[in-house]
Amino acid sequence: MPSHSFTVNGRPVTVDAPDDLPLLWALRDLLGVRGPKYGCGIDVCKACTSHLDGEAVRPCVVPVAAAAGREVTTIEGLADGDRLHPVQEAWLEQDVAQCGYCQPGQIMAAVALLKRTKNPTDAELDAIANVCRCGTYFRIREAIRSAAEKMG
Amino acid sequence: MTEQPNLEARTEHPARPAQGTWQGRADPASPPHRTRRRFLTYLVAAPTLAVGTGLALDGVPPAAAEAVVPTLPAAADLVDLGDVLILAGAPTAHLLVLTVGEDGTVTFRLPREEVGQGITTAVAMLVAEELDVPLAKVRVQLDDARPELLFNQFTGSSNSIRSLYDPVRRTAAAARARLVHAAAGRWGLEPGTLRTEDGSVVAPDGRTAPYGSLTAAAASRHLAALTATPKPESAHRLVGTPTSRIDARAMVTGRQRYTLDLDVPGAKPCMVRRPPTLGGTVRSVNNERAVRAMPGVLDTVVVPTGVAVVAETFGQALDAKNALDVTWGPGTVDGLSDDGIRARLRAATSLPPITLPLAEHLDAEFDFAFVSHAPMETNSAVADVRPDRAEIWSALKTPIVAQQTLAKELGLPVDKVTVHVVQGGGSFGRRLFFDAALEAAQVSRASKRPVRLMWSRIDDTRHGRMRPATHHKIRATYGLGQVLGFDHRVAAVETDFRHGLGEILTATAAKLPGGLGNAGFAQTLFHTTVKSPYHFGVTTQRLTEVPLRMPTASWRSVYSANTRGAEEMLIDELAARMGKDPVEFRRTFLRNRAQRAVLDKVAAEGAWGRPMPAGHAQGVGFHEEYKSRTACLVEIDATDPRRPRVTKAVIAADVGRAVNPRGLEAQLLGGLTDAISTTLTAGLHIDKGLPLEGSYSQFHYARQKDTPPDVRIFVMPATGEPGGAGELGVPAAVGAIGNAYARATGTRPRRFPVNFDVDFTPFPR
Repeated sequence: MPSHSFTVNGRPVTVDAPDDLPLLWALRDLLGVRGPKYGCGIDVCKACTSHLDGEAVRPCVVPVAAAAGREVTTIEGLADGDRLHPVQEAWLEQDVAQCGYCQPGQIMAAVALLKRTKNPTDAELDAIANVCRCGTYFRIREAIRSAAEKMG
Repeated sequence: MTEQPNLEARTEHPARPAQGTWQGRADPASPPHRTRRRFLTYLVAAPTLAVGTGLALDGVPPAAAEAVVPTLPAAADLVDLGDVLILAGAPTAHLLVLTVGEDGTVTFRLPREEVGQGITTAVAMLVAEELDVPLAKVRVQLDDARPELLFNQFTGSSNSIRSLYDPVRRTAAAARARLVHAAAGRWGLEPGTLRTEDGSVVAPDGRTAPYGSLTAAAASRHLAALTATPKPESAHRLVGTPTSRIDARAMVTGRQRYTLDLDVPGAKPCMVRRPPTLGGTVRSVNNERAVRAMPGVLDTVVVPTGVAVVAETFGQALDAKNALDVTWGPGTVDGLSDDGIRARLRAATSLPPITLPLAEHLDAEFDFAFVSHAPMETNSAVADVRPDRAEIWSALKTPIVAQQTLAKELGLPVDKVTVHVVQGGGSFGRRLFFDAALEAAQVSRASKRPVRLMWSRIDDTRHGRMRPATHHKIRATYGLGQVLGFDHRVAAVETDFRHGLGEILTATAAKLPGGLGNAGFAQTLFHTTVKSPYHFGVTTQRLTEVPLRMPTASWRSVYSANTRGAEEMLIDELAARMGKDPVEFRRTFLRNRAQRAVLDKVAAEGAWGRPMPAGHAQGVGFHEEYKSRTACLVEIDATDPRRPRVTKAVIAADVGRAVNPRGLEAQLLGGLTDAISTTLTAGLHIDKGLPLEGSYSQFHYARQKDTPPDVRIFVMPATGEPGGAGELGVPAAVGAIGNAYARATGTRPRRFPVNFDVDFTPFPR
């Protein structure tokens, strides 16, 4: 069984798994990192959105071998200890989450967007394709705008 | 008040920690709750149910000046489904359990399921208010299945706050009274001179006793006879104010635990290969040995619903499931497709001959497709079945029925089946059933190991339960400026209510008006929820079910989304026929001031009638149900009728009393998004016995780009008791969106969703 070493939320890890095992299952089933959620397995719902070297990816379609030597950040690694990321703070202010299942992915997608652009346009906000089945989109939108303002 | 000694209470109803603290079970010898002194409150006085109180007003003919032809109250005006559920829960309402710990933490065990609707927050607010403790000191645990609660552990029908508002406050008030008396005893003061504040009892001289220091004394038998009354609502400081979710921080940090995030020792990932048609059965597995030899695969097991694979990871279970070569037996609706289903629905119901030949009439037919609940968390469960006992974890809205069913399936006594209710990743009606829990138990028993079972998204969309397709024939009869009659015949593919609702309806049948108790469950449910809010003369609403063996379940707002949504669209046509503006028309025929108030609110706040560019339009809808009423005004951009977008929504709701207005707004926002989806793009095509859609790339539930960047929601001032709110938002929004689309495009859409092409290549069966 091949062995893969990478970091998860700053912690070096090594897992034994077939090269093509999706990173999502390496995280959830082998490493016990349960923040990224399964919603479709084919990069459609985006619920598992996490960061690979700072870029938003969907671990359900990233083979574990592709993570070797790289930095994986999941929702658990976003806050600095007890100090939340401004996007997480904005989520609390807007009381975005209902069932909450898609929210780790929504937040990771929003953080990646705000890394690319400080002032996202309506079109850029519309382009976030993460599904929220509770339909919280308006609050997500407001939270991203509010976070963008605070992060200046 | 009766005293329940701690140990005895523990023995009878061991407080199995619910989700969030479940790790406690790893060391059953010393669960944390036994090391802490605490007391339990059992309330004896059952809440009263005022059936029909205040509702007769709706049936009173309006003042002569309004000159409309009055409509007699419908069954749902007199007793609605929520009243039935409250009645069924009343005998066990005193079994609610609230605990105060020595650290001053208050824990309330909630016999309901949280799936995103925010009831844990609303209940925590009620407890905090009544006990005068900070909200942060209140914990709400989802209760395990407690069969002694009978009908009082059912989450549905927008009923949680309606049914718990009174009992939760009474339970907390009883606890406060005992804490005050304990402090009075300690200080030798009269209880009446003491007050409570910020988690402490306070004496007139300023001395304070934190609740945590009083728990042992408060548990004394001498306080057993105390009676307590909840605070008057005028004294509420927290209840009624916009409050953020108590679980929000867990959700934004990834700490919120759903079923498959639990670490049940030894539980292995499991997935099921399902048949190519609904209800198909396994004839034979042709490559079992090869699949068992695949990497990570631990076992394969045939269950009634398919072939299960148990593996080390879900990735491996999925690969193995896909590699299975299975010969399948026929399903329950093989060969049946949308056209055939629609033909059966159309044939199932018809309007009667025209009885007022001199009056004019407007007839219209509407069709609504099947819709998946499609919660983000697919059907999932963890099961650990041993020869003499079983333990199950899942998101369950009917845990007692689940427990009974599992016990029967496993051949175990009910008290040997422990059912943990785990917070769910959405429901929308899906988790009234426990399909995954049953499957997981079957696999665990056969494989002799604990399993974590997860449905794939494709299976969840295709084989998971769905909202039945419906067909509607509506006739409005009018003349001399009046609506003289309104007749709505609904045909629906049968909805499965076998999740305990039938037992509740049977048990309360004698209390239902007009012999409804003898009607089938579906008829009872239809007539205790669906009603017209208008004075339209002789009004008839009827349901005919077409029995097809398909996996169905109630979907948020059950019959009302389609039935009332279609009516709201017909009303716009009727208004046009009668030469009236849609808002003015509704104002004329609504029955009372509260209804008109929400309509007026959206008309004013949404600037009804403002000029719109070509291809854009406003639309309005109204709905009343579960003692609540709402109006919705939307603006739509349909310049490309194939890609319309709702650009703005203004919603007003009067739910009698909103415990948490912020949570209510969230529910209305969700209802709006559901309406946008099901009216414009989201449905399932049935093709030869199976839905074609298999994921969100095909089942087009709205995404950010499909939803309005401008939403304004207004919660009307509190006037009475809380009404239902979880499902309220859907039907009015369906009507508003349909009406806006019609006005923007100059068409009259009759089939929903409006844009429903098969714009994808279906996944293999």
